[in-house]
Amino acid sequence: MMREIRERSRSTMLLAATAAAAIAIPCCIALAEGAGDAATPAGAAVAASDSVVRTDRGPLAIAIVIVCGAVIGGIMLARTGRPLKIRRLAALDAVDEAIGRATEMGRSVLFVPGIQDMTDIQTVAGITILGRVAKTAAEYDAKLEVPTCRSIVMAAARDAVQAAHFEAGRPETYNEGNINYLTDEQFGYVAAVTGSMVRDKPAACFYMGAFYAESLLFAENGNSIGAIQIAGTAEPSQLPFFVAACDYTLIGEEFFAASAYLSGERDQLGSIKGQDFGKLLAVAAILIGCLLATVGVFAPEGAIAHAAETIKTTFGG
Amino acid sequence: MTTTQHNAGGSAGGSSFLARLGNLDRRWIFLAMGLSIAVPTLLKLRFPEYPSPMSKATFDAVESIPEGAPVLLSFDYDPASAAELQPMARALVHHCASRHQKLVFMALWPLGKQQADKTIETVLKPFHPEYKEGVDYVQLGYQSGNEGVIKLMATNIPAQYPTDASGAALKDLPLVAGMRDLSSFKLIASISAGYPGAKEWVQYANGPMPDAFKVVGGSTGVQVSQLLPYYPHQMEGMLVAVKGAAEYEMLVEAKYPIAQPEVIGQGRVRMGPQLVAHLLMIGLIVLGNIAMVAGRSRGGAR
Amino acid sequence: MLQRTIPIAILCLSGVIMIVAYFVSFAVSWSETVNVWFNILSAVAFVLGAGNLLAVNLEKISSRRPGWAYAAITLVSFFFMLVVGLLKLGAVPDPKNPLIHFAGDYETSASPYGWMYEYVFSPLTSTMFGLLAFYVASAAFRAFRAKNVESILLLGTAFIILIAQTAAGMFLTGWIPQDSVFAVLRFDSLKVGITEHIQTAGMRAITIGIALGVAATSLRLILGIDKSYLSKN
Repeated sequence: MMREIRERSRSTMLLAATAAAAIAIPCCIALAEGAGDAATPAGAAVAASDSVVRTDRGPLAIAIVIVCGAVIGGIMLARTGRPLKIRRLAALDAVDEAIGRATEMGRSVLFVPGIQDMTDIQTVAGITILGRVAKTAAEYDAKLEVPTCRSIVMAAARDAVQAAHFEAGRPETYNEGNINYLTDEQFGYVAAVTGSMVRDKPAACFYMGAFYAESLLFAENGNSIGAIQIAGTAEPSQLPFFVAACDYTLIGEEFFAASAYLSGERDQLGSIKGQDFGKLLAVAAILIGCLLATVGVFAPEGAIAHAAETIKTTFGG
Repeated sequence: MTTTQHNAGGSAGGSSFLARLGNLDRRWIFLAMGLSIAVPTLLKLRFPEYPSPMSKATFDAVESIPEGAPVLLSFDYDPASAAELQPMARALVHHCASRHQKLVFMALWPLGKQQADKTIETVLKPFHPEYKEGVDYVQLGYQSGNEGVIKLMATNIPAQYPTDASGAALKDLPLVAGMRDLSSFKLIASISAGYPGAKEWVQYANGPMPDAFKVVGGSTGVQVSQLLPYYPHQMEGMLVAVKGAAEYEMLVEAKYPIAQPEVIGQGRVRMGPQLVAHLLMIGLIVLGNIAMVAGRSRGGAR
Repeated sequence: MLQRTIPIAILCLSGVIMIVAYFVSFAVSWSETVNVWFNILSAVAFVLGAGNLLAVNLEKISSRRPGWAYAAITLVSFFFMLVVGLLKLGAVPDPKNPLIHFAGDYETSASPYGWMYEYVFSPLTSTMFGLLAFYVASAAFRAFRAKNVESILLLGTAFIILIAQTAAGMFLTGWIPQDSVFAVLRFDSLKVGITEHIQTAGMRAITIGIALGVAATSLRLILGIDKSYLSKN
């Protein structure tokens, strides 16, 4: 018990130290900017680029401090043990239903983790969701197929699925042959995946990650074979296609929240709270900016118009 | 009574037919779409285009930089989206070359280099023979690393591209020998089909040095919604899909006529099938809604 | 233990360097080093991918699994392009160095590699992309149904954009003078209004949400809170 408490406090101290270091750097820059002269933004940018600290990027430093501070604050708040209320996501609630249906029908489950590499944060979020899907599939003894577009993603997916099988208490059912690398070429990958969809007719299809033109090709093929389809992406241009053709879609930030939500870890859930606080600040900033700009239209020479212009040039570029 | 029954039956039959249309086999839709594209293509239907503000802004951005100033052209697409993007690439290269801009070609997509090569072969060499490789234009080619390539070029071009695509050292090529970073350019144009592309150029090139150069972009129709927030501040001009290309072609050709107009007229050629395909989609949507209403009324009668 | 600690340490260090380099000039060279290493690793990943492709397809062929013929075609195509490209077989000699084989141009359509690219690969990928037109039509037919107020708004917007994105827009409403009070009813004006105001506003809202999500997720990774991408063994 004591050891657990000691480890917990050490981890909190480590988090606080890292957070302090991460916040200290932009803070120093913000202070440095305050000491600098008030040149025009363009002139300041040129002068600042030659100095050691890029003072022209002070506003961004402040924004980073606020957002990161909010997220870290959320995590630390979660560690105090306060209850965290997170809105349920219908798409995630449908995961069990979709895999259960596939099991009953004796068909496979298809998981497509997008077409980007592990450098894309969406792929990382997709792999986290894959872990949860794989665990449920292992519990139900459903066959899960994961074709990947990048070899590193394949390695990460294999790790996640294997870990899920261990967690489900069924390590013997793990088959790494079901997680394959196909090709880096976007449409070559689409041809291979849609071809296997038409041949194998999976009963549940998950599309979680970064998608581009292939989103509709996957979703329409999935629709034609009557599969339950659950998608999640942070590519705004592809969201309409998934919404039109899939049963459930995780839209933008929901997708990132989902990976934390599914992990069930308090730290990760706390970060969602911090993220929400950041969103609240963004909404407040937008409202204040709109209000100032609107009032400024009626009194273009007044202090409010000047304030609106200053905010616009400082934060808006 | 019989007549009434017959009428009712006929009405029900018509309603049933309309309701069944709601579950129309999608192969009929595919056939109709195929015909709506093939027929206008074969008949070479062309319609007049009127420049939109975005296309005009792109044209004006190129016009606003000094003649002969260096321009970076990033070909961030592959053959899959060439049908949509190659027309604007051709028009852009002809526009820049007509103003004697120094051109540096590169690609963030593995197959983008080939698309740039094609453009050089079809537009630059035949219609601007005065352009000499290494002096007036350079083909840097493709480098892996996505936005990492942009980030490194923003501070150190020779570190990212020690040589051009043919293997010649950058220091031996007069055009790029003295270029340290992206601020050496007056304009950066990214023609992109997705990631990495115009959005990354705005974020990682324009973001750190907003006043150093202008950024314009060309994009596929489906990607444009992601770029709209950056127009017109971070991105001065934007060409949206085939229609944007067609409008831009008209603007370029009006000021800088070319010996063979069809070389920079592919966008306008492709607008014919687009019109018919769009009309078909409107028809399908209307049909789908009629089928839905018919299905509801049948459900209500029961 | 080290399997998890070292990757997290590398991630944390790289992440902090990239943030610092954005604000501190002397750290820019550090971020360049990180970028160069990333580029090297992404190039090496191509080799890793090729190895996996071979293993999977050879296994399919040797065990005669359904569709093994496709695996054979994949491998034959793969090796053909690899050998022709690496050895520059049939490359057009360079006029400056006609005797040096490897100085030749292998990307022109006069060489086998260029020919395959131009006349096989390019049409195949264009075909796949072209399929989108068909799927968009069938998805639109199924999804655009006026079921409630929101879907009616969606339907109306789609109608305006579809018309305005072609010459039909000008044909139908181009006669309305640009300077009249009714100019807002022109399809081109409606399209500009929808895309630049309504769509951009919506997209900005989604983008802000996504940016915050990315920031939170990145922070979870940098701080080592989210380790889901690593093996648990």
